[in-house]
Amino acid sequence: MRMRDLDAYFGATHAVRGVALDLADGDVTAVIGPSGCGKSTLLRCLNRMHETVPNARVEGEVHLDGRDIYARGVNPIAVRRRIGMVFQRPTPFPTMSVRDNVAAGLKVAQGGKPSRSDVNEIVESALRRAALWDEVKDRLTHSATGLSGGQQQRLCIARAIATRPSVLLLDEPTASLDPLSTQKVEELVYELRREVTIVIVTHNMQQAARISDTTAFMLMGELIEAAPTRALFTSPRDSRTEAYITGRFG
Amino acid sequence: MTHGATMPRRSLTRRHVTNKVMVGLTYGAAFVATLPLLFILGYLLLKGTTSINLDFFTRLPPPPGEAGGGMGNAIAGTLVLIGVAALIGLPIGIGSGLYLAERRDSRLATVVRVLADVLNGLPSIVVGIFAWQVLVRPFGHFSALAGGVALGAMMIPLVSRTTEEMIRLVPVALREAALALGYSRWRTSLTIVLRTALPGIVTGALVAIARIAGETAPLLFTALGNQFWSLRLSEPIAALPLQIYAFAISPYDDWHRLAWAGALVLIGVVFAISVAARAATRSRFGLGGD
Repeated sequence: MRMRDLDAYFGATHAVRGVALDLADGDVTAVIGPSGCGKSTLLRCLNRMHETVPNARVEGEVHLDGRDIYARGVNPIAVRRRIGMVFQRPTPFPTMSVRDNVAAGLKVAQGGKPSRSDVNEIVESALRRAALWDEVKDRLTHSATGLSGGQQQRLCIARAIATRPSVLLLDEPTASLDPLSTQKVEELVYELRREVTIVIVTHNMQQAARISDTTAFMLMGELIEAAPTRALFTSPRDSRTEAYITGRFG
Repeated sequence: MTHGATMPRRSLTRRHVTNKVMVGLTYGAAFVATLPLLFILGYLLLKGTTSINLDFFTRLPPPPGEAGGGMGNAIAGTLVLIGVAALIGLPIGIGSGLYLAERRDSRLATVVRVLADVLNGLPSIVVGIFAWQVLVRPFGHFSALAGGVALGAMMIPLVSRTTEEMIRLVPVALREAALALGYSRWRTSLTIVLRTALPGIVTGALVAIARIAGETAPLLFTALGNQFWSLRLSEPIAALPLQIYAFAISPYDDWHRLAWAGALVLIGVVFAISVAARAATRSRFGLGGD
Protein backbone atom coordinates (compact mmCIF):
# COMPACT_ATOMS: atom_id res chain seq x y z
CA MET A 1 0.00 0.00 0.00
CA ARG A 2 1.35 3.43 -0.97
CA MET A 3 0.21 6.87 0.14
CA ARG A 4 1.13 9.98 -1.86
CA ASP A 5 0.43 13.63 -0.95
CA LEU A 6 -2.36 12.49 1.33
CA ASP A 7 -4.33 15.32 2.92
CA ALA A 8 -7.43 14.96 5.05
CA TYR A 9 -9.74 17.68 6.34
CA PHE A 10 -12.61 18.03 8.79
CA GLY A 11 -14.28 21.15 7.44
CA ALA A 12 -11.52 23.77 7.71
CA THR A 13 -9.32 21.64 9.98
CA HIS A 14 -6.34 20.15 8.18
CA ALA A 15 -5.96 16.85 10.04
CA VAL A 16 -3.50 14.99 7.81
CA ARG A 17 -0.86 16.98 5.94
CA GLY A 18 0.86 15.67 2.83
CA VAL A 19 1.61 12.17 4.05
CA ALA A 20 3.68 9.86 1.82
CA LEU A 21 4.27 6.37 3.16
CA ASP A 22 4.85 2.91 1.70
CA LEU A 23 3.66 -0.23 3.43
CA ALA A 24 5.35 -3.49 2.45
CA ASP A 25 2.99 -6.43 1.89
CA GLY A 26 2.68 -8.58 4.98
CA ASP A 27 4.39 -6.07 7.23
CA VAL A 28 3.04 -4.70 10.48
CA THR A 29 3.25 -0.91 10.56
CA ALA A 30 2.63 0.95 13.79
CA VAL A 31 1.55 4.58 13.72
CA ILE A 32 2.43 6.47 16.90
CA GLY A 33 2.11 10.07 17.99
CA PRO A 34 0.41 12.26 20.58
CA SER A 35 -3.38 12.53 20.81
CA GLY A 36 -4.89 14.56 17.98
CA CYS A 37 -1.88 14.16 15.69
CA GLY A 38 -4.03 12.69 12.92
CA LYS A 39 -3.01 9.05 13.15
CA SER A 40 -6.57 7.71 13.40
CA THR A 41 -7.65 10.01 10.57
CA LEU A 42 -4.77 8.72 8.45
CA LEU A 43 -5.93 5.17 9.13
CA ARG A 44 -9.49 6.04 8.17
CA CYS A 45 -8.24 7.46 4.85
CA LEU A 46 -6.88 4.03 3.93
CA ASN A 47 -10.32 2.40 3.64
CA ARG A 48 -12.24 5.53 2.66
CA MET A 49 -14.01 5.71 6.03
CA HIS A 50 -12.88 9.29 6.61
CA GLU A 51 -15.30 10.61 4.00
CA THR A 52 -18.32 9.08 5.83
CA VAL A 53 -18.05 11.89 8.40
CA PRO A 54 -20.04 15.02 7.44
CA ASN A 55 -17.84 17.82 5.97
CA ALA A 56 -14.80 15.55 5.84
CA ARG A 57 -12.74 15.25 2.65
CA VAL A 58 -9.58 13.64 1.39
CA GLU A 59 -7.04 14.70 -1.24
CA GLY A 60 -4.13 12.74 -2.66
CA GLU A 61 -3.60 9.13 -3.62
CA VAL A 62 -3.64 5.79 -1.84
CA HIS A 63 -2.55 2.87 -3.99
CA LEU A 64 -3.64 -0.65 -3.20
CA ASP A 65 -2.08 -3.27 -5.50
CA GLY A 66 -1.13 -0.54 -7.95
CA ARG A 67 -4.58 1.10 -8.14
CA ASP A 68 -5.52 4.41 -6.58
CA ILE A 69 -8.51 3.80 -4.30
CA TYR A 70 -9.41 7.48 -4.65
CA ALA A 71 -9.43 7.36 -8.46
CA ARG A 72 -12.62 8.38 -10.21
CA GLY A 73 -15.04 5.50 -10.57
CA VAL A 74 -13.71 3.46 -7.64
CA ASN A 75 -16.53 2.34 -5.37
CA PRO A 76 -15.66 2.97 -1.70
CA ILE A 77 -17.77 -0.03 -0.70
CA ALA A 78 -15.65 -2.32 -2.87
CA VAL A 79 -12.50 -0.83 -1.29
CA ARG A 80 -13.80 -1.47 2.24
CA ARG A 81 -14.56 -5.08 1.39
CA ARG A 82 -10.87 -5.65 0.68
CA ILE A 83 -9.66 -3.85 3.80
CA GLY A 84 -10.65 -4.95 7.29
CA MET A 85 -10.95 -2.53 10.19
CA VAL A 86 -11.09 -2.91 13.97
CA PHE A 87 -11.96 0.00 16.22
CA GLN A 88 -10.86 1.22 19.63
CA ARG A 89 -13.95 -0.15 21.34
CA PRO A 90 -15.34 -3.56 20.43
CA THR A 91 -18.29 -3.22 18.03
CA PRO A 92 -20.03 -6.60 17.85
CA PHE A 93 -23.48 -6.36 16.27
CA PRO A 94 -25.74 -6.78 19.31
CA THR A 95 -28.62 -8.33 17.40
CA MET A 96 -26.48 -11.10 15.95
CA SER A 97 -25.13 -14.33 17.39
CA VAL A 98 -21.39 -14.95 17.69
CA ARG A 99 -21.46 -16.96 14.45
CA ASP A 100 -23.48 -14.39 12.52
CA ASN A 101 -21.15 -11.64 13.64
CA VAL A 102 -18.15 -13.43 12.15
CA ALA A 103 -20.16 -14.18 9.00
CA ALA A 104 -21.49 -10.59 8.70
CA GLY A 105 -18.88 -9.56 6.13
CA LEU A 106 -19.37 -12.70 4.05
CA LYS A 107 -22.94 -11.68 3.23
CA VAL A 108 -21.67 -8.77 1.19
CA ALA A 109 -18.43 -10.37 -0.02
CA GLN A 110 -17.54 -10.20 -3.68
CA GLY A 111 -18.67 -13.23 -5.66
CA GLY A 112 -21.83 -13.70 -3.63
CA LYS A 113 -22.59 -15.26 -0.29
CA PRO A 114 -20.92 -18.65 0.28
CA SER A 115 -23.02 -21.74 1.06
CA ARG A 116 -24.03 -22.55 4.62
CA SER A 117 -21.39 -25.24 5.17
CA ASP A 118 -18.72 -22.99 3.66
CA VAL A 119 -19.79 -20.21 6.03
CA ASN A 120 -19.45 -22.56 8.99
CA GLU A 121 -15.95 -23.51 7.86
CA ILE A 122 -14.92 -19.91 7.32
CA VAL A 123 -16.36 -18.87 10.69
CA GLU A 124 -14.43 -21.61 12.47
CA SER A 125 -11.18 -20.81 10.71
CA ALA A 126 -11.56 -17.07 11.37
CA LEU A 127 -12.30 -17.71 15.04
CA ARG A 128 -9.31 -20.05 15.29
CA ARG A 129 -7.02 -17.47 13.70
CA ALA A 130 -8.41 -14.89 16.13
CA ALA A 131 -7.58 -17.29 19.01
CA LEU A 132 -11.20 -17.26 20.12
CA TRP A 133 -12.54 -20.60 18.86
CA ASP A 134 -11.95 -22.59 22.05
CA GLU A 135 -13.70 -19.97 24.15
CA VAL A 136 -16.83 -19.58 22.02
CA LYS A 137 -17.26 -22.87 20.13
CA ASP A 138 -20.06 -23.93 22.52
CA ARG A 139 -21.96 -20.68 22.28
CA LEU A 140 -21.84 -19.78 18.62
CA THR A 141 -25.59 -19.17 18.61
CA HIS A 142 -25.54 -16.95 21.70
CA SER A 143 -25.65 -13.17 21.57
CA ALA A 144 -22.24 -11.61 20.98
CA THR A 145 -22.87 -9.05 23.71
CA GLY A 146 -22.50 -11.82 26.30
CA LEU A 147 -18.76 -12.06 25.61
CA SER A 148 -16.16 -10.19 27.67
CA GLY A 149 -14.59 -7.02 26.28
CA GLY A 150 -11.43 -8.82 25.21
CA GLN A 151 -13.41 -11.61 23.58
CA GLN A 152 -15.60 -9.07 21.80
CA GLN A 153 -12.51 -7.37 20.38
CA ARG A 154 -11.09 -10.67 19.14
CA LEU A 155 -14.53 -11.39 17.69
CA CYS A 156 -14.30 -8.12 15.76
CA ILE A 157 -10.87 -9.15 14.49
CA ALA A 158 -12.31 -12.52 13.44
CA ARG A 159 -15.14 -10.68 11.66
CA ALA A 160 -12.59 -8.47 9.88
CA ILE A 161 -10.33 -11.33 8.71
CA ALA A 162 -13.14 -13.76 7.77
CA THR A 163 -13.39 -12.14 4.34
CA ARG A 164 -9.63 -12.57 3.81
CA PRO A 165 -8.85 -8.86 3.34
CA SER A 166 -5.45 -7.90 1.97
CA VAL A 167 -5.05 -5.13 4.55
CA LEU A 168 -6.13 -4.97 8.21
CA LEU A 169 -6.46 -1.59 9.94
CA LEU A 170 -6.40 -1.57 13.74
CA ASP A 171 -7.35 1.69 15.46
CA GLU A 172 -5.98 1.45 19.02
CA PRO A 173 -7.44 -2.05 19.29
CA THR A 174 -6.25 -2.61 22.85
CA ALA A 175 -7.04 0.82 24.31
CA SER A 176 -10.13 -0.44 26.11
CA LEU A 177 -8.77 -3.86 27.09
CA ASP A 178 -7.14 -5.29 30.21
CA PRO A 179 -3.47 -6.37 30.03
CA LEU A 180 -4.25 -10.05 29.49
CA SER A 181 -6.63 -9.37 26.59
CA THR A 182 -4.11 -6.86 25.23
CA GLN A 183 -1.47 -9.58 25.20
CA LYS A 184 -3.79 -11.92 23.31
CA VAL A 185 -4.55 -9.29 20.68
CA GLU A 186 -0.83 -8.53 20.30
CA GLU A 187 -0.04 -12.21 19.83
CA LEU A 188 -2.79 -12.31 17.28
CA VAL A 189 -1.28 -9.44 15.32
CA TYR A 190 2.04 -11.28 15.40
CA GLU A 191 0.37 -14.45 14.09
CA LEU A 192 -1.41 -12.64 11.27
CA ARG A 193 1.67 -10.90 9.88
CA ARG A 194 2.82 -12.07 6.43
CA GLU A 195 -0.75 -13.25 5.80
CA VAL A 196 -2.15 -9.73 5.74
CA THR A 197 -0.70 -6.21 5.69
CA ILE A 198 -1.43 -4.63 9.06
CA VAL A 199 -1.52 -0.98 10.11
CA ILE A 200 -1.99 -0.42 13.83
CA VAL A 201 -2.53 2.94 15.49
CA THR A 202 -1.38 2.88 19.08
CA HIS A 203 -0.71 5.20 21.98
CA ASN A 204 1.51 2.63 23.52
CA MET A 205 5.12 2.85 22.33
CA GLN A 206 6.08 -0.44 23.96
CA GLN A 207 3.30 -2.06 21.96
CA ALA A 208 4.61 -0.53 18.74
CA ALA A 209 8.10 -1.74 19.59
CA ARG A 210 6.86 -5.26 20.40
CA ILE A 211 4.73 -6.03 17.38
CA SER A 212 5.63 -3.86 14.39
CA ASP A 213 8.17 -4.16 11.59
CA THR A 214 7.94 -0.49 10.71
CA THR A 215 6.98 2.45 12.89
CA ALA A 216 5.68 5.80 11.67
CA PHE A 217 5.71 8.86 13.93
CA MET A 218 3.14 11.59 13.35
CA LEU A 219 2.92 15.07 14.81
CA MET A 220 0.25 17.70 14.11
CA GLY A 221 -0.94 15.96 10.98
CA GLU A 222 2.50 15.46 9.48
CA LEU A 223 4.41 12.24 9.08
CA ILE A 224 7.69 13.10 10.78
CA GLU A 225 9.54 9.87 10.33
CA ALA A 226 8.94 6.27 9.25
CA ALA A 227 11.62 3.65 9.69
CA PRO A 228 12.17 0.01 10.67
CA THR A 229 10.90 -0.18 14.23
CA ARG A 230 14.23 -0.99 15.86
CA ALA A 231 15.96 1.84 14.00
CA LEU A 232 13.27 4.36 14.86
CA PHE A 233 13.38 3.57 18.57
CA THR A 234 17.18 3.30 18.88
CA SER A 235 18.44 5.93 16.48
CA PRO A 236 15.70 8.30 15.36
CA ARG A 237 16.77 10.71 12.64
CA ASP A 238 14.47 13.56 13.61
CA SER A 239 14.90 15.40 16.89
CA ARG A 240 11.10 15.57 17.38
CA THR A 241 10.86 11.77 17.13
CA GLU A 242 13.59 11.45 19.68
CA ALA A 243 11.86 13.91 21.98
CA TYR A 244 8.60 11.95 21.73
CA ILE A 245 10.00 8.46 22.25
CA THR A 246 12.13 9.57 25.16
CA GLY A 247 9.02 11.01 26.79
CA ARG A 248 9.87 14.69 26.59
CA PHE A 249 6.36 15.48 25.32
CA GLY A 250 3.12 13.81 24.34
CA MET B 1 -15.99 23.98 49.98
CA THR B 2 -17.24 23.78 53.54
CA HIS B 3 -16.38 20.74 55.59
CA GLY B 4 -19.05 19.09 57.71
CA ALA B 5 -16.92 19.32 60.83
CA THR B 6 -16.61 23.09 60.60
CA MET B 7 -20.34 23.60 60.00
CA PRO B 8 -22.47 24.99 62.83
CA ARG B 9 -24.61 22.26 64.35
CA ARG B 10 -27.90 24.11 63.84
CA SER B 11 -27.46 24.40 60.07
CA LEU B 12 -26.80 20.67 59.80
CA THR B 13 -30.03 19.84 61.63
CA ARG B 14 -31.91 22.25 59.43
CA ARG B 15 -30.56 20.56 56.33
CA HIS B 16 -31.67 17.19 57.66
CA VAL B 17 -35.17 18.53 58.25
CA THR B 18 -35.34 20.19 54.82
CA ASN B 19 -34.18 16.94 53.24
CA LYS B 20 -36.89 14.95 55.04
CA VAL B 21 -39.61 17.41 54.04
CA MET B 22 -38.54 17.45 50.38
CA VAL B 23 -38.36 13.66 50.16
CA GLY B 24 -41.80 13.52 51.77
CA LEU B 25 -43.18 15.97 49.21
CA THR B 26 -41.88 13.97 46.24
CA TYR B 27 -43.37 10.78 47.72
CA GLY B 28 -46.66 12.62 48.10
CA ALA B 29 -46.54 13.89 44.50
CA ALA B 30 -45.79 10.40 43.19
CA PHE B 31 -48.76 9.04 45.14
CA VAL B 32 -51.14 11.77 43.98
CA ALA B 33 -50.01 11.18 40.38
CA THR B 34 -51.25 7.60 40.51
CA LEU B 35 -54.48 8.48 42.33
CA PRO B 36 -56.62 9.29 39.25
CA LEU B 37 -55.70 5.97 37.64
CA LEU B 38 -56.45 4.09 40.86
CA PHE B 39 -59.83 5.82 41.23
CA ILE B 40 -60.79 5.20 37.60
CA LEU B 41 -59.70 1.57 37.71
CA GLY B 42 -61.46 0.98 41.02
CA TYR B 43 -64.67 2.57 39.84
CA LEU B 44 -64.62 0.68 36.52
CA LEU B 45 -64.05 -2.61 38.30
CA LEU B 46 -66.91 -1.81 40.66
CA LYS B 47 -69.35 -0.84 37.92
CA GLY B 48 -68.16 -2.97 35.02
CA THR B 49 -67.21 -6.42 36.26
CA THR B 50 -70.79 -7.56 36.81
CA SER B 51 -71.64 -7.15 33.13
CA ILE B 52 -68.53 -8.89 31.82
CA ASN B 53 -69.28 -12.43 30.75
CA LEU B 54 -68.96 -14.51 27.61
CA ASP B 55 -72.02 -12.81 26.11
CA PHE B 56 -70.35 -9.44 26.40
CA PHE B 57 -67.61 -10.55 24.02
CA THR B 58 -69.80 -12.48 21.57
CA ARG B 59 -73.27 -10.87 21.44
CA LEU B 60 -74.63 -7.77 19.76
CA PRO B 61 -75.84 -4.79 21.78
CA PRO B 62 -79.38 -5.37 23.02
CA PRO B 63 -82.35 -3.18 22.10
CA PRO B 64 -83.27 -0.64 24.78
CA GLY B 65 -84.99 -2.10 27.82
CA GLU B 66 -83.72 -5.61 27.20
CA ALA B 67 -81.14 -7.17 29.53
CA GLY B 68 -78.12 -9.19 28.39
CA GLY B 69 -76.33 -8.73 25.08
CA GLY B 70 -72.81 -7.45 24.65
CA MET B 71 -70.38 -5.51 22.54
CA GLY B 72 -68.91 -8.29 20.42
CA ASN B 73 -69.24 -6.29 17.22
CA ALA B 74 -67.59 -3.23 18.79
CA ILE B 75 -64.62 -5.24 20.07
CA ALA B 76 -64.15 -6.82 16.63
CA GLY B 77 -64.61 -3.42 14.98
CA THR B 78 -61.98 -1.80 17.18
CA LEU B 79 -59.54 -4.58 16.24
CA VAL B 80 -60.26 -4.00 12.54
CA LEU B 81 -59.77 -0.25 12.93
CA ILE B 82 -56.50 -0.78 14.80
CA GLY B 83 -55.38 -3.14 12.04
CA VAL B 84 -56.08 -0.63 9.27
CA ALA B 85 -54.46 2.17 11.29
CA ALA B 86 -51.35 0.05 11.92
CA LEU B 87 -51.07 -0.86 8.23
CA ILE B 88 -50.97 2.85 7.41
CA GLY B 89 -49.24 4.30 10.45
CA LEU B 90 -46.42 1.81 11.02
CA PRO B 91 -44.72 1.65 7.60
CA ILE B 92 -44.97 5.38 7.03
CA GLY B 93 -44.06 6.25 10.62
CA ILE B 94 -41.08 3.90 10.81
CA GLY B 95 -39.90 4.85 7.32
CA SER B 96 -40.01 8.56 8.04
CA GLY B 97 -38.41 8.03 11.46
CA LEU B 98 -35.53 6.20 9.78
CA TYR B 99 -35.17 9.05 7.31
CA LEU B 100 -35.21 11.69 10.05
CA ALA B 101 -32.51 9.84 11.98
CA GLU B 102 -30.28 9.07 9.00
CA ARG B 103 -30.48 12.51 7.35
CA ARG B 104 -30.96 14.44 10.54
CA ASP B 105 -29.41 17.70 9.34
CA SER B 106 -30.96 17.96 5.89
CA ARG B 107 -33.44 20.77 5.31
CA LEU B 108 -36.23 18.35 4.42
CA ALA B 109 -35.69 16.44 7.67
CA THR B 110 -35.99 19.64 9.69
CA VAL B 111 -39.22 20.54 7.91
CA VAL B 112 -40.65 17.02 8.29
CA ARG B 113 -39.75 16.98 11.99
CA VAL B 114 -41.59 20.25 12.64
CA LEU B 115 -44.61 19.11 10.63
CA ALA B 116 -44.69 15.79 12.48
CA ASP B 117 -44.76 17.70 15.77
CA VAL B 118 -47.61 19.87 14.48
CA LEU B 119 -49.51 16.77 13.34
CA ASN B 120 -48.86 15.24 16.75
CA GLY B 121 -50.47 18.21 18.44
CA LEU B 122 -53.41 18.38 16.03
CA PRO B 123 -56.76 17.93 17.83
CA SER B 124 -58.06 14.48 16.95
CA ILE B 125 -61.41 15.89 15.86
CA VAL B 126 -59.58 17.80 13.11
CA VAL B 127 -58.02 14.57 11.89
CA GLY B 128 -61.52 13.13 11.80
CA ILE B 129 -62.82 16.04 9.72
CA PHE B 130 -59.92 15.54 7.31
CA ALA B 131 -60.76 11.84 6.87
CA TRP B 132 -64.43 12.71 6.43
CA GLN B 133 -63.61 15.24 3.71
CA VAL B 134 -61.33 12.87 1.86
CA LEU B 135 -62.88 9.44 2.36
CA VAL B 136 -66.49 9.90 3.43
CA ARG B 137 -67.91 12.81 1.45
CA PRO B 138 -66.69 11.71 -2.01
CA PHE B 139 -68.12 8.20 -1.50
CA GLY B 140 -71.33 9.35 0.10
CA HIS B 141 -71.19 6.99 3.08
CA PHE B 142 -69.30 6.39 6.31
CA SER B 143 -66.77 3.53 6.35
CA ALA B 144 -64.36 1.55 8.49
CA LEU B 145 -61.66 2.53 6.02
CA ALA B 146 -62.14 6.24 6.72
CA GLY B 147 -61.96 5.55 10.48
CA GLY B 148 -58.83 3.46 10.09
CA VAL B 149 -57.17 6.12 7.94
CA ALA B 150 -57.97 8.80 10.54
CA LEU B 151 -56.43 6.68 13.31
CA GLY B 152 -53.47 5.79 11.07
CA ALA B 153 -52.82 9.47 10.39
CA MET B 154 -52.68 10.03 14.14
CA MET B 155 -50.19 7.17 14.53
CA ILE B 156 -47.72 8.45 11.94
CA PRO B 157 -46.12 11.29 13.95
CA LEU B 158 -46.08 9.21 17.15
CA VAL B 159 -44.30 6.30 15.49
CA SER B 160 -42.04 8.56 13.44
CA ARG B 161 -40.66 10.47 16.42
CA THR B 162 -40.12 7.41 18.64
CA THR B 163 -38.45 5.58 15.74
CA GLU B 164 -36.12 8.52 15.22
CA GLU B 165 -35.23 8.66 18.92
CA MET B 166 -34.59 4.91 19.09
CA ILE B 167 -32.38 4.94 15.99
CA ARG B 168 -30.38 7.84 17.39
CA LEU B 169 -29.59 5.67 20.42
CA VAL B 170 -27.73 3.20 18.20
CA PRO B 171 -24.01 3.97 18.65
CA VAL B 172 -22.26 5.55 15.66
CA ALA B 173 -19.50 2.97 16.18
CA LEU B 174 -21.90 0.20 15.17
CA ARG B 175 -22.79 2.00 11.95
CA GLU B 176 -19.10 2.56 11.21
CA ALA B 177 -18.30 -1.10 11.88
CA ALA B 178 -20.86 -2.14 9.27
CA LEU B 179 -19.66 0.44 6.73
CA ALA B 180 -16.04 -0.63 7.27
CA LEU B 181 -17.10 -4.20 6.58
CA GLY B 182 -18.25 -3.14 3.13
CA TYR B 183 -21.97 -2.72 3.86
CA SER B 184 -23.72 -0.19 1.70
CA ARG B 185 -25.46 2.68 3.40
CA TRP B 186 -28.98 1.33 2.98
CA ARG B 187 -27.93 -2.14 4.07
CA THR B 188 -26.29 -0.68 7.18
CA SER B 189 -29.46 1.27 7.94
CA LEU B 190 -31.82 -1.65 7.52
CA THR B 191 -29.90 -4.70 8.77
CA ILE B 192 -27.74 -3.16 11.48
CA VAL B 193 -29.16 0.16 12.68
CA LEU B 194 -32.89 -0.51 12.32
CA ARG B 195 -32.49 -4.07 13.56
CA THR B 196 -30.59 -2.93 16.64
CA ALA B 197 -33.22 -0.31 17.43
CA LEU B 198 -36.10 -2.70 16.75
CA PRO B 199 -37.15 -3.50 20.35
CA GLY B 200 -37.47 0.21 21.05
CA ILE B 201 -39.35 0.79 17.80
CA VAL B 202 -41.75 -2.07 18.60
CA THR B 203 -42.36 -0.50 22.00
CA GLY B 204 -43.07 2.86 20.37
CA ALA B 205 -45.44 1.22 17.88
CA LEU B 206 -47.36 -0.56 20.63
CA VAL B 207 -47.61 2.63 22.68
CA ALA B 208 -48.96 4.42 19.61
CA ILE B 209 -51.51 1.64 19.06
CA ALA B 210 -52.58 1.83 22.70
CA ARG B 211 -52.92 5.56 22.31
CA ILE B 212 -55.22 5.42 19.27
CA ALA B 213 -57.23 2.39 20.46
CA GLY B 214 -59.28 4.61 22.73
CA GLU B 215 -59.69 7.56 20.36
CA THR B 216 -63.31 8.55 19.82
CA ALA B 217 -63.34 11.89 18.08
CA PRO B 218 -61.71 10.79 14.79
CA LEU B 219 -64.29 7.99 14.49
CA LEU B 220 -67.43 10.07 15.08
CA PHE B 221 -68.01 10.96 11.44
CA THR B 222 -65.79 8.38 9.75
CA ALA B 223 -66.44 4.89 11.17
CA LEU B 224 -69.73 6.23 12.61
CA GLY B 225 -70.53 3.06 14.61
CA ASN B 226 -72.80 0.15 13.80
CA GLN B 227 -75.39 -1.76 15.82
CA PHE B 228 -74.83 -4.90 13.77
CA TRP B 229 -72.02 -7.25 12.83
CA SER B 230 -69.92 -5.83 10.04
CA LEU B 231 -66.22 -6.18 9.38
CA ARG B 232 -66.33 -4.71 5.90
CA LEU B 233 -64.02 -1.78 5.29
CA SER B 234 -66.49 -0.07 2.97
CA GLU B 235 -69.26 0.10 5.56
CA PRO B 236 -69.75 1.84 8.89
CA ILE B 237 -68.19 -0.23 11.65
CA ALA B 238 -68.74 -0.43 15.40
CA ALA B 239 -65.93 0.59 17.74
CA LEU B 240 -65.61 0.28 21.51
CA PRO B 241 -65.17 4.01 22.25
CA LEU B 242 -68.14 4.91 20.03
CA GLN B 243 -70.32 2.23 21.59
CA ILE B 244 -69.35 3.34 25.09
CA TYR B 245 -70.22 6.91 24.18
CA ALA B 246 -73.57 5.96 22.65
CA PHE B 247 -74.58 3.80 25.60
CA ALA B 248 -73.28 6.11 28.31
CA ILE B 249 -75.40 9.06 27.14
CA SER B 250 -78.50 6.89 26.71
CA PRO B 251 -81.26 6.91 29.35
CA TYR B 252 -81.28 3.10 29.89
CA ASP B 253 -79.71 1.42 32.92
CA ASP B 254 -78.89 -1.78 31.01
CA TRP B 255 -76.97 0.22 28.44
CA HIS B 256 -75.15 2.12 31.19
CA ARG B 257 -73.96 -1.17 32.65
CA LEU B 258 -72.69 -2.30 29.24
CA ALA B 259 -70.92 1.03 28.78
CA TRP B 260 -69.07 0.50 32.08
CA ALA B 261 -68.09 -3.00 31.02
CA GLY B 262 -66.95 -1.68 27.63
CA ALA B 263 -64.78 0.93 29.31
CA LEU B 264 -63.22 -1.76 31.48
CA VAL B 265 -62.48 -3.94 28.43
CA LEU B 266 -61.00 -0.96 26.57
CA ILE B 267 -58.68 -0.20 29.49
CA GLY B 268 -57.85 -3.90 29.63
CA VAL B 269 -56.85 -3.86 25.94
CA VAL B 270 -54.66 -0.76 26.41
CA PHE B 271 -53.10 -2.28 29.52
CA ALA B 272 -52.36 -5.55 27.69
CA ILE B 273 -50.67 -3.62 24.88
CA SER B 274 -48.54 -1.67 27.38
CA VAL B 275 -47.45 -4.91 29.04
CA ALA B 276 -46.55 -6.33 25.63
CA ALA B 277 -44.55 -3.15 24.94
CA ARG B 278 -42.57 -3.62 28.15
CA ALA B 279 -41.91 -7.25 27.26
CA ALA B 280 -40.64 -6.22 23.82
CA THR B 281 -38.21 -3.74 25.38
CA ARG B 282 -36.77 -6.48 27.53
CA SER B 283 -35.95 -8.63 24.49
CA ARG B 284 -32.57 -10.32 24.73
CA PHE B 285 -30.97 -9.27 21.45
CA GLY B 286 -30.90 -5.52 20.98
CA LEU B 287 -30.69 -2.20 22.73
CA GLY B 288 -32.49 -1.30 25.88
CA GLY B 289 -32.75 -4.85 27.17
CA ASP B 290 -29.67 -5.55 29.23
